[in-house]
Amino acid sequence: MFRVTQSDLADPVTSSLSRTGESPRANEPVLANPAPPIVTIRSLTKTYASGLQALKSINLDIRKGEIFALLGPNGAGKTTLISIICGIVTPTAGQLMADGHDILRDYRAARIKIGLVPQELTTDRFETVWQTVTFSRGLFARAPDPAFVERVLRDLSLWDKRKSSLQTLSGGMKRRVMIAKALSHEPNILFLDEPTAGVDVELRRDMWALVRRLRESGVTIILTTHYIDEAEEMADRIGVINKGELILVEEKTTLMKKLGSKRLTLVLQEPMKTIPDALAEWNLKLQSGGNELAYSFDINAEHTGVPSLLRRLTDLGIGFRDLATSQSSLEDIFVSLVSERGGRP
Amino acid sequence: MNEPAFNRYGVLAIYRFEMARGLRTIWQSLVTPVITTSLYFIVFGSAIGSRMTHVGGVSYGAFIVPGLILLSIFQQSIFNGAFGIYMPRFIGTIYELLSAPISPPEIVLAYVGAAATKSIVLGLVILATASLFVPLHVLHPFWMIAFLVLTSVTFSLVGFILGIWSKSFEQMQFIPMLIVTPLTFLGGSFYSIDMLPPTWRTVAYFNPVVYLISGFRWSFYGKADVGLEVSLGATLVLFFACLAIVSWMFKTGYRLKS
Repeated sequence: MFRVTQSDLADPVTSSLSRTGESPRANEPVLANPAPPIVTIRSLTKTYASGLQALKSINLDIRKGEIFALLGPNGAGKTTLISIICGIVTPTAGQLMADGHDILRDYRAARIKIGLVPQELTTDRFETVWQTVTFSRGLFARAPDPAFVERVLRDLSLWDKRKSSLQTLSGGMKRRVMIAKALSHEPNILFLDEPTAGVDVELRRDMWALVRRLRESGVTIILTTHYIDEAEEMADRIGVINKGELILVEEKTTLMKKLGSKRLTLVLQEPMKTIPDALAEWNLKLQSGGNELAYSFDINAEHTGVPSLLRRLTDLGIGFRDLATSQSSLEDIFVSLVSERGGRP
Repeated sequence: MNEPAFNRYGVLAIYRFEMARGLRTIWQSLVTPVITTSLYFIVFGSAIGSRMTHVGGVSYGAFIVPGLILLSIFQQSIFNGAFGIYMPRFIGTIYELLSAPISPPEIVLAYVGAAATKSIVLGLVILATASLFVPLHVLHPFWMIAFLVLTSVTFSLVGFILGIWSKSFEQMQFIPMLIVTPLTFLGGSFYSIDMLPPTWRTVAYFNPVVYLISGFRWSFYGKADVGLEVSLGATLVLFFACLAIVSWMFKTGYRLKS
């Protein structure tokens, strides 16, 4: 397993992935100064020969240097969207620009800027790690640069495996090889399609750390996932796609503020059988066998109702030993969004 | 960095990959055809050929050399051309090819170039092997090489088309086994068309392989079933027909893109 530490981040090997002239964008407040779009999608539709309408007039801007998470249930259109931008699937209508280049008319210039890590671990069995990464660099029109390939392999902890044939590698190692292949031609837009699907917890954390380091080196990252926690953990912005429609695009923090609700849990001194009528206006729920009283409230509301609830409890002589608040997770938001549209999360 | 007008690194990457695959399977791609051809010489050239008269002034053993070379070239060109593009489709690595800044002509140049290179090498090795069994003299070396290259490229293109068309390994083997091999055997590999009864001779002229073998044999012995121009023209027609089909496949994304 490869581990990422602070010292790794300062490592010249890591920083070598940066291109000259591009400043690190780590911790840069995206909201305060939104970067210009690096990927522009306008009125994109895709209808397969079977008649399935996979994408319905998608409009989306991906900002330079951000981590954008495309969230959606299986079959929502995530992979179709990525595949169209990368040239694997032909769009039915619409316009797509990658780093200022039309992906159809000016496909060479567009594709040279893009790296893709597909969901499936598709590798040649008999090639070595070194051969397959070198192959990818050449395929993407880059002159041989063994020093750069070495840095990519070292950065992904693949250097020791460079002479191993791909069939001997574990699933986690193969996924890293796929990433190395995608990075071999120094792209500045990286698509990660379900990067942690089917990987263990440790590798998942490693992947997250790697993605952050890539972003710090100036790479714009678009990842698809149906793991909510992955989007919550990593993304600057989130797009929710369902049944081919982009339901929502929002800053992650704004999204959670806008749609999030908080939950106040009071641990009662004495268990309660029913909620007194005097507390009816707060929409309370009893839980843990009557030992806890739960109150959901909108954090953006002018009056959350929390102080008045606490005063009323004191007036009624209902004591509590402890209280805790929790923010609703992105998962709650996602479930509610998709359910509203009649989809299944 | 500006994108190049011609992705030479991409073409080279695919070409080297395909040639490396050929080296990994050298028994299948080179040694097996040489052994098979040697067996043909022993059976047809020595055992049967010793009881046959000369064909058009050429000993039977020498007469079958061009046909035997082309038989192997047809089979190996189609196999290599098909396998090269079918495997990425089969295992899923085609995503990388489709997402790369490489044009359809560059893709064809790389895959077909590699398949044809292997066939040309194979043809020359079989020629060298044949020279161990029968005395050989190539009357028109330039035309011999020209036919060798053109046939290798054309049938590698046929294989490339087959590799895109096929949905399974079975389909990929179906065409060479059931169509190309019979056409080759019936196309004058082991006999002159003149040796056939008039009716069958007329039928044979509808077989495109007749023209390829005839032209190639002419480059060896200066004798042919049909004229050089006709042979060359038929080969070029087949070549350009294949190019048109490949071009259509890439334009429409046939079985490559959804």
